[in-house]
This record gives sequence, structure tokens and C-alpha cells, in this order.
Amino acid sequence: MAVTEGEGSSAGNGPGASLARGTPRGVKRRPRSSGSSSFGLGVAMLLPAVLYVLLLVAVPFGMAFVYAFSDARIGSGGDHFVGFDNFASVLENPSFRKALGNSFIFTISSQILVLVGSTALALALKEKFRGRGFVRFLILLPWVAPISLGAIGWKWILDSIYSVINWVLIAVHLVKPFDKPMWLGQPTLAMISVILVHTWRLLPFSTVILLAGLTAIPRDIPEAAAVDGAGFWRTLFEITLPMLRPILNVAMLFGIIFTFTDMIVVYVITAGGPYDSTQVLPSLAFFTGIQGSDLAAGAAISLFLVPLLAIIAYLMLRVAHRAEVT
Amino acid sequence: MAIVETRAVTKVFKAGTLGAVNDVDLVTEEGEFLVFLGPSGSGKTTLLRMIAGLEVPTSGDILIGGEVVNDLTPRERRIAMVFQSYALYPHLTVYKNIAFPLKAQGVPKDQHRKKVEWASGLLSIDHLLQRKPRELSGGERQRVAVARAIVREPNVFLLDEPLSNLDAKLRASARAELEQFHRRVGTTTIYVTHDQVEAMAMGDRIVVLHKGVVRQIGTPKQVYDDPADTFVATFLGSPPMNLLENGDVIVGFRPEHLVPAALAPGAPIKLTLKIQNLEYLGSEWIVYGKVAGEASDKTIIARLPTADLTIGTTHDFAVAEPHLRFFDKATEKRAPARALSWP
Repeated sequence: MAVTEGEGSSAGNGPGASLARGTPRGVKRRPRSSGSSSFGLGVAMLLPAVLYVLLLVAVPFGMAFVYAFSDARIGSGGDHFVGFDNFASVLENPSFRKALGNSFIFTISSQILVLVGSTALALALKEKFRGRGFVRFLILLPWVAPISLGAIGWKWILDSIYSVINWVLIAVHLVKPFDKPMWLGQPTLAMISVILVHTWRLLPFSTVILLAGLTAIPRDIPEAAAVDGAGFWRTLFEITLPMLRPILNVAMLFGIIFTFTDMIVVYVITAGGPYDSTQVLPSLAFFTGIQGSDLAAGAAISLFLVPLLAIIAYLMLRVAHRAEVT
Repeated sequence: MAIVETRAVTKVFKAGTLGAVNDVDLVTEEGEFLVFLGPSGSGKTTLLRMIAGLEVPTSGDILIGGEVVNDLTPRERRIAMVFQSYALYPHLTVYKNIAFPLKAQGVPKDQHRKKVEWASGLLSIDHLLQRKPRELSGGERQRVAVARAIVREPNVFLLDEPLSNLDAKLRASARAELEQFHRRVGTTTIYVTHDQVEAMAMGDRIVVLHKGVVRQIGTPKQVYDDPADTFVATFLGSPPMNLLENGDVIVGFRPEHLVPAALAPGAPIKLTLKIQNLEYLGSEWIVYGKVAGEASDKTIIARLPTADLTIGTTHDFAVAEPHLRFFDKATEKRAPARALSWP
């Protein structure tokens, strides 16, 4: 015990030394039992989080690294080190290149739609109107409902035979019954579909964040802009949005991470098809590594996300820090 | 410049409840400094916000420059307002804050710099133009808010308690600056405050509001010397007017008019006060006393330049006749002067 040793050594150094060293330490020191128990409590409180991160994040991450440099396959016994072979072969794979491009299209398009949509929704929901609480509840639903349920609903809405969208388009004579769009069967339409469904899913989260940001703007500020002669658009673009920028950054960075690492919508709605036209990196990693049994290639694909996500995580930390200090 | 007029303006926020502003009629004069004075909840800010176009009146008309502006947006009313919080745009520099109304109203860009420099020079903030609002002190922020208001030379200035966030010393100097500034630009100004000293010092006229009703409109001297009712009598003046019941009237007199009896021979009101408390304020004494021999708990206050008194002693005081004000006991409104039979 360090404290006991310290006391012992100061006692042996004569009265002056004992006063100079011993007294202040004696005054400030907490009772030993309370100190050790609070240390134990601290460890106990921290342990679940540390274990969680270690077992569910660090270990799989480490395993992905090991697999990416091996020839591991599901069911095969021996793993051999193969260097960068997996990365080289993945880079040559047309599906991978397609998925990489799709990941960017999927992320950027859905984020633009989410930010525009959630800003409009947040502005509308900030105003008082009859039934505002109910509308807020409805808008939150896609976020709180299980994603697979929502995605299955969308699968039906976009189905080649039973699509209600097509039914409506035919009813209003915008499309012909024999030439209706195949939402999930044509590459461009399938990509638009997964982007729209993902936008629908992320919209509530972003809206709630922006709504919180909007309500934090003092009422006097937009009123002063109105008195100064600014109309709706000038107030929005020159006052409201710049003041919302820190919170918009947070919403956007969270959205990018959620989108870039997500495969549920693609998995349930199109399974990456048709012809890999909606395949994104996480879904390709899953299909290759788990369903295709090629653990090594799957791990190599998923590791391509790491540098990009590291940059985004760094930006997020910077934004969070700036929000903290201002 | 323009004249602001309200005709029977009423604002009810929740149907079935008492209005925040009730049936207010008033007309400013050209270039006047009009002060809305009242305690919290008196409706003064609501009335100002209706004139600005930030609240819609439940009934009645608001006119600016002879034109009914009820349906016009704040932007179309050509008014400028300084908010209690100053409402500066935190992400813009002082220069951009001041230039914002010019930009919003489509003033050609080549005129911005000249006008911003004129406004900032007038308020001595030209050295702060590149700073952000968070880098300014309270007094500097207030000046930026005023500069932003004057830069486009509005018809009417509306100021909502612009000094209430400043400390006492700064408030006094900012008040003097605002007065000088108004004299220089001469724009019709409506100023909201709950501070009677500000109202008395700055206002050409004062509108005293209470519970959304105008109690009195008059010059500072009129509202102080001749209050229209007991509310005005007690709200203005520190310490407030003494009010004593006498038959069917209430007799009022200012603490400074209650003097030792020897100084007011033949005065109709003579009071023998038992001194309860003495406050020395440097230039004057505030004397609190109770009428000797009466069961009433009423505290009578006198304000004397010098006071050789001791707490617990009894002294004779008197009020000369010209200083007496009479109010009807039932309505509490001003009543004509009358002969008193004082016990």
C-alpha cells in the first residue's frame, strides 16, 4: 500500500520533514477504506462498458484483421497467412468496385435527402398547430419500429405485382398497366428505392436532433430578422441554418456512419440485386464472408470501410469538441 | 418619421381569459419619445409587439403614418426594434449584424459600408466591427443593437427594455446616450420599461399601463404631480405617494411634501407620527412613521433633506394644501379637491 509506505518513510526523516510532508498529506487524505472501496466501485462501473467494447468490438475487429490476411473459410480447418492476397483479389472483383461506388451513392444521396427533409420537417413541427403531438409521434414511428418490419412493409409497397404505388400510378393514368415500373427489378429504380427507404428510416432521428437545435434558438432572433426586413428564405438561409450548423454537422455525421455501415435495408429489400446494382460494402462483406463462406474475402471487404470511418469519427469528435467549447 | 396610433387595440391570448392588452387608444406625436411604463404583466411589451407586427391584435387597429398596418408584416411597417436580449445574430460579425437590415431590404451593396460606418460612428462602436457578439460586453451589445436599428433610418423606433440587462452604472450612462441620440435623430420612439426613473428621465410623455389598461398618459410631470388614480400615484415615485382615507375620499401626498409641522403653518393635514424607521440615503432621509394613537397599521413616509429624529419618538408633521391630491374611495380615480375635516 503506497500510502502506508509514505507515512512510514516520512516518520523516519525527523520532525521537520514529518511536518512538511506528513501533515498536508494527512489532512487531505481520504480514509483508506473509503478510497479503496470507491476505486473498486469505479472498476465495477467501468467494467461492463470495457467488456462490451472488448468482446463485441475489439475482438471481432481483431479477428477481421487476422482473417483478412488469411485463407480462412467457414468449415475449413487450417488458416494460413496469405499477406495482401485477399485485398488484391477483392480489388479486382467487379462486385467490390460496384459496391464501393454504390456505398458512396447510397450514403451521399440519402444524406442529402435526409438533411433537406428533416430540416423542412423540423421547421414545420416547431410551429404550433392542432395535432402537432400526433404528427410528431407519426414521424418518430419509422425510428422506433423494428427496421425489418418497416423494410418488409416497403418490400410490399415496391413489389412487382402488389405495389400500391403502381396501383395508384395506374389509377391516375400516369403509367400503363402493362408497362408499370419494376421498382426492385430495374437497377436505377432499385437504387432509388433503397435510398428512399433508408431516407424514410433515418428521417426521424435527424428531425429530432434538428428540432432540438431549432427550439434552442431564442425566439427573439427570428423576430429580429423579421423586423429587420428578412423574409422566410433569407431568415432560413442567413440566420436559422447558420445557427443550426453545429447541430446539422452532428446529425450529418451520425447519418453518414449509420448509412455507410448499414446493410439492413439493402439486405431485406433487394439483397444487393439486381446484378449487384444495389450492393453496398457491408452487404457485400456479409454475402461474401457469411453466406459465401469466404471469411477472408469478407473480412478484407469490411476492412476497406475502416480508414473512411476513422476520418468520419475524427471529424465527429472535432465537432463534438467544438460544440463543447463554444 | 411617423405618428403611431392605436385604436381600441385589444389582445386576448386565451379565449375566456382577461386580455393582456385591453382597449388601448393612444397617439404619439411626431418625433416624440413615448414611454410605456408598467409593472410586469401590465401588457406593455405585448402592446409594443403588436405595433411591431410580431403579435396580431385580437381587435382594434394600429396605424403608422396614418395607414392601418394590421395586416402588414413587420418588414412592411418600416419600423426598427431593439429587443430586451438585443437579439444579435451570434454567427455574424458586428459589421454584418448592422448591415443585415440593409441587405434584407435590398439597399444597394455599395451603400452598405457608408451606412454601417455612419451608424457605428454615431454609437462609437466603429472599432468593434469585425468582432462577433460573444466578444462584446453588455453595453457594447446594446449599442450594436441600436446601430442595427438605426442603420436603415426607420419611421419608428421600438425599444423593449433595452437597458435592463446592464449594471446600474452603465444603465445611467447608456440612458443619457440614448436621450442624446434621440435628440439628434429625432425619430418617433416608443420605449418600454418597468423602471420609473428611466421613464421619468427619458420620456416626453409616459403611458402608464396596468393589467393591460392605460391608466394615464401624460408628461412625466403630469403623471408624477397629478396622477389619474391611486395605482399611478403609488407606482410612480420612490417612496410612493402616501394615501390616507378620509370620509369618502382618499387623500394623497408625496413623501417630500410631508414636512415638520413648523414648516407648514395652517396646513389642513397635521399628523403626529411615531417614528418607526429611518433610512439615510446621503442626500436625504426617508422617515417611516405610524400615526400616533391610531390603531391603523398604515405606514406614512416622509422624505426630508435633514432629519434630527430618533426611532420611537413622536413628532408633528404637516402637508400644505396645494400638495394634496384627492381620489374617489370607490373608483380610486382622481376626484376634485375639497375642504377637509381632519381629526
